Amino acid sequence: MRIGGFVVQPIIGMEIHVQLATRTKMFCGCPLEFGAPPNSLTCPVCLGLPGALPVINAEAVDLAIRTGIALNGKISSTTRWDRKSYYYPDLPKNYQISQFDHPICYGGFFEVPCEGRILKVRIRRAHLEEDAGKNAHDFEGCTGVDLNRAGTPLLEIVTEPDLESAEQAREFAVQLHRLVRYLGVSNADMQKGQMRFEPNINLLLMREGESWRTPIVEVKNLNSFRSLYGAVNYEIHRQVEAFAQDGLTAQVGNKSNRGWDDGREVTVAQREKEEAHDYRYFPDPDLPAVRPDPARVAWLREHTPELPAPRTERFISEYKLPEKDAPALVDHHDSADLLDHAAEAGGDKVILGKHFLSFWSKLANERGCEIAQLGVTAASLAELANLVRDSVVNATAAAQIAGALADRPEIPPATLARELGLVQSNDRGEIEGWVATALAENDKAVRDARDNPKKRGAARGFLTGQVMKISGGKADPKVVGELIDELLANDEPP
Amino acid sequence: MPAEITPDTVRHIARLARLQLSDAEAVAFAPQLSRILEYVDQLGALDTSAVAPLNHPIELFDVTRADEPAPTLGADAALRNAPATIEGHFRVPKVLDSGA
Ligand SMILES: [Zn+2]
Repeated sequence: MRIGGFVVQPIIGMEIHVQLATRTKMFCGCPLEFGAPPNSLTCPVCLGLPGALPVINAEAVDLAIRTGIALNGKISSTTRWDRKSYYYPDLPKNYQISQFDHPICYGGFFEVPCEGRILKVRIRRAHLEEDAGKNAHDFEGCTGVDLNRAGTPLLEIVTEPDLESAEQAREFAVQLHRLVRYLGVSNADMQKGQMRFEPNINLLLMREGESWRTPIVEVKNLNSFRSLYGAVNYEIHRQVEAFAQDGLTAQVGNKSNRGWDDGREVTVAQREKEEAHDYRYFPDPDLPAVRPDPARVAWLREHTPELPAPRTERFISEYKLPEKDAPALVDHHDSADLLDHAAEAGGDKVILGKHFLSFWSKLANERGCEIAQLGVTAASLAELANLVRDSVVNATAAAQIAGALADRPEIPPATLARELGLVQSNDRGEIEGWVATALAENDKAVRDARDNPKKRGAARGFLTGQVMKISGGKADPKVVGELIDELLANDEPP
Repeated sequence: MPAEITPDTVRHIARLARLQLSDAEAVAFAPQLSRILEYVDQLGALDTSAVAPLNHPIELFDVTRADEPAPTLGADAALRNAPATIEGHFRVPKVLDSGA
């Protein structure tokens, strides 16, 4: 892009904090609940009381490994715990337990469909750490500290600076959000701060054969895709302007932090604490190293599910789902699996896709659940799709049968079709009778269909609808169409 | 040889650790810290190229717990020793949240 006389190439890396979906904290058994009374979910470990001993939550380690594998990363054979020291009121131990030089996962990549191509973003590392508490500022003259959140397990994912625009940063974030929810490793509820983004942004500026790199800025704690997009875009323009004024380039030690002001839609400089980055990491003597079980890692690698982005592409091509509808269906992991199972059971794929997006979604909506929770088996879904394919029932009848199936999933669809009298009639004689009745009762439509080229299509459709109505939904629409054409042709104008 | 510890370095470390030292203490501790580092630095003379790194002084691995909730202290007990509280919170001097 070009801004203010420069050719501008943004260089963007991301740090993402993902809250893992465990029941309890990273190093103690305090439950994780949102909105509990302040400090009610605490114990000596997460309060940082002297003599308390942290113990690693095995489930958090497993969720981290699953995420690392889905990000095509290597899993450390030995992963270690370090203390990151700094003073802040919401950090009761005066250090955060994190992982410095032996993170649980390193060296992966994540592929993101973006602007019509696949963007490959390298993952530098992903490490486990504990969250801090919360400072409450709504008190007069003092700050209140709530340590309920202290010790919440976080996975910090760090990318290489492979992103080049606000659009790419947002698309990466959206797809990563889909991924962690899909894997079930995080609820990633952005409103509850369960996923937070921190882009590192600087620019390569070029003009008349010269080039410069602007100082790196990290924008802290963005908790929506909109603010991420806004912050990156704002920084790109701000850094061009800043460079035009002060000419500063990136140097060791001149990286700075900024915050995002949601109301004004600008980034603002954060007051730098002196020596803020001197964290003096050292190994935590309270915590032995963890050696992930190689058999478990191998099993997980083998059983990594198809990821949301490629699965979406496949659903669009195999089930002919519209591009706008496919992601939502894929994101309901169980329902997406059910669709695949129904196809494996022999169901017609295109018809299955239509059914999923129409009456199955509607039924699930009405019952406040996902399609997979309706209790209808893959075999029944397949059978119903094929009843439509084979013209045993028509599309309208299929929706009715689906409703009945949701109530009585143990009854085969074909049985329900007979019970409800929805089996289509292929009996030309019978259908001819219905068509004749419909034509006799609708003079005007007959004239339009026969004599008025402008109204022919609409009139034919109307007549077909009338026949279906008279037949109680049983007439095969294809045969109806043929017979209408036949009878109209024989019905010469007076 | 490790770099010599200067009184300025002592003051820097003290600040990070929230220790208050007088100038006389900073001057006195500098050579003492230097000597401690020199002492530890003797280990550098050993050839450790064939020795696996030690992760922990106790050769213990994989001490984990199941993800099962345990009883909490509860807010009252948690706050009992706090010098000051406000509406169920630990009360501290006003801080500007810079999202550390
Ligand atoms: Zn606790």
